[in-house]
Amino acid sequence: MQLTLNNFTKTFGELTVIDSLDLTVKTGEMMALLGPSGCGKSTTLFTICGIHRMNGGTLHFGDRDVSNLPSQQRNVGVVFQNYALYPHMDIRENIAFPLKVQKQDNNTIARKVKEIAELVHIPELLDRRPAQLSGGQQQRVALARALVRKPDVLLLDEPLANLDAKLRLEMRSEIRRIQLETGITAILVTHDQVEAMSMCDRIALMKDGKIVQLSEPSEMYDNPSNTFVAGFLGNPPISFVKVQVQGDSFGFGSNKVAVSAALKPRVNGELQLGIRPEHFGPQFGSDVQGKISFVESQGREVLYNVTLETGDMIRSIQPAGTRLKIGDAVSWGVSAEAVLAFDLKGDRL
Amino acid sequence: MTANFRSLPVIALLTILSLPLVIMYVFTVVDTFTNTEPGSLMPNEFTTWHWRFLWDDTVGRGSIWVSTVNTFIFASSTSLIVSAVSLTAAYALSRLDFPARGFFLAGIIILHAFPTITLIIAIFLILQMLGLFDTLIGVIIVKTALELPFGIWIMKGFYDTVPWEIEMAGVQDGASRFMVWRKLVLPQVQPGLAALLIFSFLSGWSEFILPLVLAPGSNSQVLSTYLAYFLLDDSLEVDFNLFKSVGLFYAVPVILIYLVFQKKLMNIYGGGSKG
Repeated sequence: MQLTLNNFTKTFGELTVIDSLDLTVKTGEMMALLGPSGCGKSTTLFTICGIHRMNGGTLHFGDRDVSNLPSQQRNVGVVFQNYALYPHMDIRENIAFPLKVQKQDNNTIARKVKEIAELVHIPELLDRRPAQLSGGQQQRVALARALVRKPDVLLLDEPLANLDAKLRLEMRSEIRRIQLETGITAILVTHDQVEAMSMCDRIALMKDGKIVQLSEPSEMYDNPSNTFVAGFLGNPPISFVKVQVQGDSFGFGSNKVAVSAALKPRVNGELQLGIRPEHFGPQFGSDVQGKISFVESQGREVLYNVTLETGDMIRSIQPAGTRLKIGDAVSWGVSAEAVLAFDLKGDRL
Repeated sequence: MTANFRSLPVIALLTILSLPLVIMYVFTVVDTFTNTEPGSLMPNEFTTWHWRFLWDDTVGRGSIWVSTVNTFIFASSTSLIVSAVSLTAAYALSRLDFPARGFFLAGIIILHAFPTITLIIAIFLILQMLGLFDTLIGVIIVKTALELPFGIWIMKGFYDTVPWEIEMAGVQDGASRFMVWRKLVLPQVQPGLAALLIFSFLSGWSEFILPLVLAPGSNSQVLSTYLAYFLLDDSLEVDFNLFKSVGLFYAVPVILIYLVFQKKLMNIYGGGSKG
C-alpha cells in the first residue's frame, strides 16, 4: 500500500524538528530513512505509526487518510530497536497477541501463527520465552508479531542496532527476504549507510528534519547532490580537497587531476573535489604526490591515508599485498571520470 | 570450599553476638507455657494458665477474638486499598504527562518522609468532626492515607523498569491503553504488587499509635492496643508471662507471613524486576 506524507510538520514545544516534509513510499517498496542522530528520522517513523501526533500536514495509506487516527486503527506493524517482546508470554502468545486483540477465533489464530512462524523460520521456538532466545531469534519474533495481522505498512526502527556484527549480516538479508516475500511496504530507520544501501529500494537521506536526497542506493552513491550526502555514504568515507581549475586540470599545490570532458563546461575557479578511496591509487597515474600517514589492514583490502604537501589528506583503498609503510612517499593518480566536483558551499556541480 | 573455611570464624562470631537474642526468643516461648520459681532460671512446671486469655474475656479488655478479627479487617483493608490506589496512581505518575505531575511527585516524597505523630491531633479533630472517631473505618482511612505515599513510590519504581516500547508495541498491535496496562504492564509489576500487598498488610498488623489514639474503645480495638492494655493500665498488676503469651499470639501470623512470602518481600528492596 502506498504511503504518502504531505507537508508533514512536527514540533516539540518551541523546537521545530521537522518542517513540511514530503515523502511517498510506493506499494511494496522498502524505503530507508537514513541520517545522523537527531535528524528527525525516528520522529518521522513514530509519527507514521501514531505514537507522535502531527503538528501539520497529512498522512495517507493508499487513499485512506490516517493523519488523525489513533495507533490502534492505523494497521501499522512496528519492530522496535529492542524488539519489545512481552517477557511474560511465550513466543506463541507473543505472536498471537495482535490477533487476540482482534478477537479472532483460536483455530484461525493457531493457523496464522504457524504460517508466520514458518515464514520467519522460528517454528521450533514457539513454546519458549523471549529471555531464552538469542538476539537474532528475538528479532525474528518481533518481525512475526508485526506481520501476523497483515499490516498496511511495516516500520523498522534501527532493527539491527542491538545485534552483533555477524548476526547483523544475516538479519539484513533475512529482513529483506521477508519483506520481499510478503510484498509489504516498509520503512527502515537507520543511521548505518551499509544497512540502508544493502536492504532498501530507495534511500531518503535526512539532515536537520529535511530530506537532503531521495534516490536509489547506487544512484545516491554515484551522484550525491552535495558534500553531506557524499560524505555520509561510503566506507571508508570520501575525501574532499580544495582545488583551483587551471586549464585542463584541477590543481592543488603541485598536484594535478585532469578535468573530464563531462565536467569541463561546469567548472571554473575554486571548488571542492570529492575523491572516493577506490578512485585514488597507482593505477590512475602519478600526478599526485604525498606520504603515507596511516595504514589500516582490513584483510582483503588495505586502507591508506595519504597526506599531501598541501596538508590535504586523501584516502585510498588498495588490494591486500601492497606493502607500504607509514612515511613512504607515493606518486599516485586520481580517476578523472570518477571525481565529484562541489562548489565551496558544498552543492554538486 | 576455601570460601567456606574462611567464613567459619565469621559465622562463629555472629553466632555468639546473636545468642542473647536467640535466648530471649526461646525464653519468651518457654515462659508462656511454664511457671518459674522467683529467683530461678529454669522453669519448674508446665501450665496453660498464661494462655487463658484465649477463652476468658475478663483477663484483658474484651475478647481477644474480637480484637483479632478487627486487626485482620484493619490490616487487610488498608493493604487492599493501598495496593489498588498505588497500582493506578503510580502508573499515572510513571507514564502519563498530566498537569502538576512534578508537584505530585515532590508531594509524595515529602509525605513519605513526614512523621505520622505530628499529624495526630489534626487527624483526631477531623475524625471527630466526621463522626468517625473510635471506629475501625476511621483508622483504616487514616492508615491508608499515611501508607499511600510509600506504596505509590514503590509501585512507580516498578513501573519505571517496564520499557515503554512494550506499551507502544501493544498499542501498535491494536490494544487499548487499558488493555495494554492490564495484559502487558501489570504482569510485569506483579512482583511489586505482591510485595506491596504483604508489606502493607504487615504494616497494618503492627500499627499501634493510630488505633491507640483514634480508636480507644474496646469494640474497635486491635491486637496491638489489646496487648498494650496489660502495660498501660495502672490498675492491673503486671503479669509478664501473660503479656508474653499475648505478644506471641500477636506475632505468630507475622512470622508465618514472613516465612511464606520472604522471597516476594525481598523484591520491594530489590527495586523491581529486570527484563
